[in-house]
Amino acid sequence: MIRYIIKRVLLMIPVILGVTWIIFTIMHFTPGDPAVIILGTEVSEDLLEAKRVELGLNRSYLAQFLDYLKDVFLHFDLGTSYVNGKSVSAEIFQRFPYTFRVASLSVCISLLIGIPLGVVAAVNQYSWKDNASMTVALVGISMPGFWVGQMLSLLFALTLGWLPASGVGGPQYYILPCLAIGLSGCASIARQTRSSMLEVIRQDYIVTARAKGVIENKVIYGHGLRNALIPVITQAGSSFGIQLGGALVSETVFSIPGLGTYMMTAISSRDYPAIQGAVIYVAIIFGLVMLVVDLLYAFIDPRIKAQYSGKRRRK
Amino acid sequence: MQSIKEQKAGTAQKRKKNSMMRIMMRRLRKNRLAMLGLAILIVIVLLAVFAPYISPYDYSKTDFSSTFQGPSAAHWFGTDELGRDIFSRLLYGARYSLSIGLTTVAISAACGVALGAIAGYVGGKFDMILMRVLDVFQALPGMILAIAIAATLGGGMSNCVISLAISSIPGYARMTRASILNIRQMEYVEAAASINAKSSRIIIRHILPNALSPIIVQATMGVAGAILAAASLSFVGLGVQAPNPEWGAMLSAARNYIRNYPHMVITPGVTIMITILSLNMLGDGLRDALDPRLKD
Repeated sequence: MIRYIIKRVLLMIPVILGVTWIIFTIMHFTPGDPAVIILGTEVSEDLLEAKRVELGLNRSYLAQFLDYLKDVFLHFDLGTSYVNGKSVSAEIFQRFPYTFRVASLSVCISLLIGIPLGVVAAVNQYSWKDNASMTVALVGISMPGFWVGQMLSLLFALTLGWLPASGVGGPQYYILPCLAIGLSGCASIARQTRSSMLEVIRQDYIVTARAKGVIENKVIYGHGLRNALIPVITQAGSSFGIQLGGALVSETVFSIPGLGTYMMTAISSRDYPAIQGAVIYVAIIFGLVMLVVDLLYAFIDPRIKAQYSGKRRRK
Repeated sequence: MQSIKEQKAGTAQKRKKNSMMRIMMRRLRKNRLAMLGLAILIVIVLLAVFAPYISPYDYSKTDFSSTFQGPSAAHWFGTDELGRDIFSRLLYGARYSLSIGLTTVAISAACGVALGAIAGYVGGKFDMILMRVLDVFQALPGMILAIAIAATLGGGMSNCVISLAISSIPGYARMTRASILNIRQMEYVEAAASINAKSSRIIIRHILPNALSPIIVQATMGVAGAILAAASLSFVGLGVQAPNPEWGAMLSAARNYIRNYPHMVITPGVTIMITILSLNMLGDGLRDALDPRLKD
């Protein structure tokens, strides 16, 4: 197991380096002079030139890239924002809690609603329950996430006045954004659960479980769902990973000062170090979350766990 | 004589009836939800194509005497902050959204399938390098990749298409590669290779047609995904720019008025939803129709 984790983490390194290289190259060759972005166009050419030297922009592409790599991976320094001069790493660190709260709550919501919907639909295939929950899910995946957010805030915040429409504060500020993201997610979780449950409940071991007199609920949830869970966990994990990178558009709708808003502001103000840093951070977080998901498989499915330990024994 | 001819015609017909395409179409026709989706989609396409003849107003014509009007007989879906007719704008917006969706999928599916097919069939170094490159692209969530590319390329419709297409190529490449690795083992491929068919012919004539069904399903869903993603890009100001009547851009422009004039936000969103819904219904139907495990 530990060997496997180490191997996976080592495999992540070239991927992260690749992402760093791609994003650095894209940003490097983007038109726009960082010195002008920082100082504006109203200053003399000498000042601009001095700024370029200070930023190292007069050096070759390769030298700049190696410098950046050294900063990021040896000093864990993602650079300094062009716009406000703050450290990008510190900013990401400071915004992370907001994004983390929204991401984990919304994934919980989508699992809590999505899995039961999918199970009910699969167990009662072609009945009205199946049709109703799949219609809901189909409509759910067809709505733009940010629009769901707008509609929820129109109903619960602006019309009924029950909840705050935007910003952060007490727990009540998180209800709408998490619902908006979670509801969009639960639709796809429900569809995934249904299709993988449908495959599982036709297996022989389900018949066996029923034949030996296990109560139906236990057959469905203990024997069926547990085996059907792997694709569902993969999907939930990948959406959690994406959310941890910042729910880009939904955070903007609800003005949550998380990573999504950070990235959007950075993009609109052409703050290249901030964009680069945020993207590299997302790649790392996404990779780590997918690693955790892979490890979760072992806890859900003993067969996979046996594979890990089996290898070790053979050695 | 007559009867033999008839019989021959009969068998020919029977054989034709059993082609994969026919089976798929028959199964698809039976699926009411998919047919409904197809019907809605056709209506939307017709509305978009004939927008100049249908739309009651010029989509860009401002009228400051009738701003922020709610739905009425004169303006079915109301007017926006500049007095432009929302219904007309939505009709023209369908042109943007549908063409973005279709071209994105066409580009990404063509590139992805070609790359995946070559990688799967040739294998070796090319396969390995390509897969590592795809690993890097897939280390980022698609939306973030699209946003990063769009941010560097700048706004506009073609840049929006490029960034969405690049971010969805890896999915097609991986899927094609996986099914080709399966099909490559088949006996008919060996047979084709043994009569000295060229690699390109084997890939195009023998392998790809058999790997097509998951790609078709993915492409249908991909159009839906691209339209949604394009709406999100425009919403944050990276896709089609504001005066153009793209649905996401309309939602973005309307967000400041949501409190007092919710009709400006509701109608574009519902339009997006109906379009995506119809594509998803069709895609679900296609998936079921192409699934050999499901019987009629």
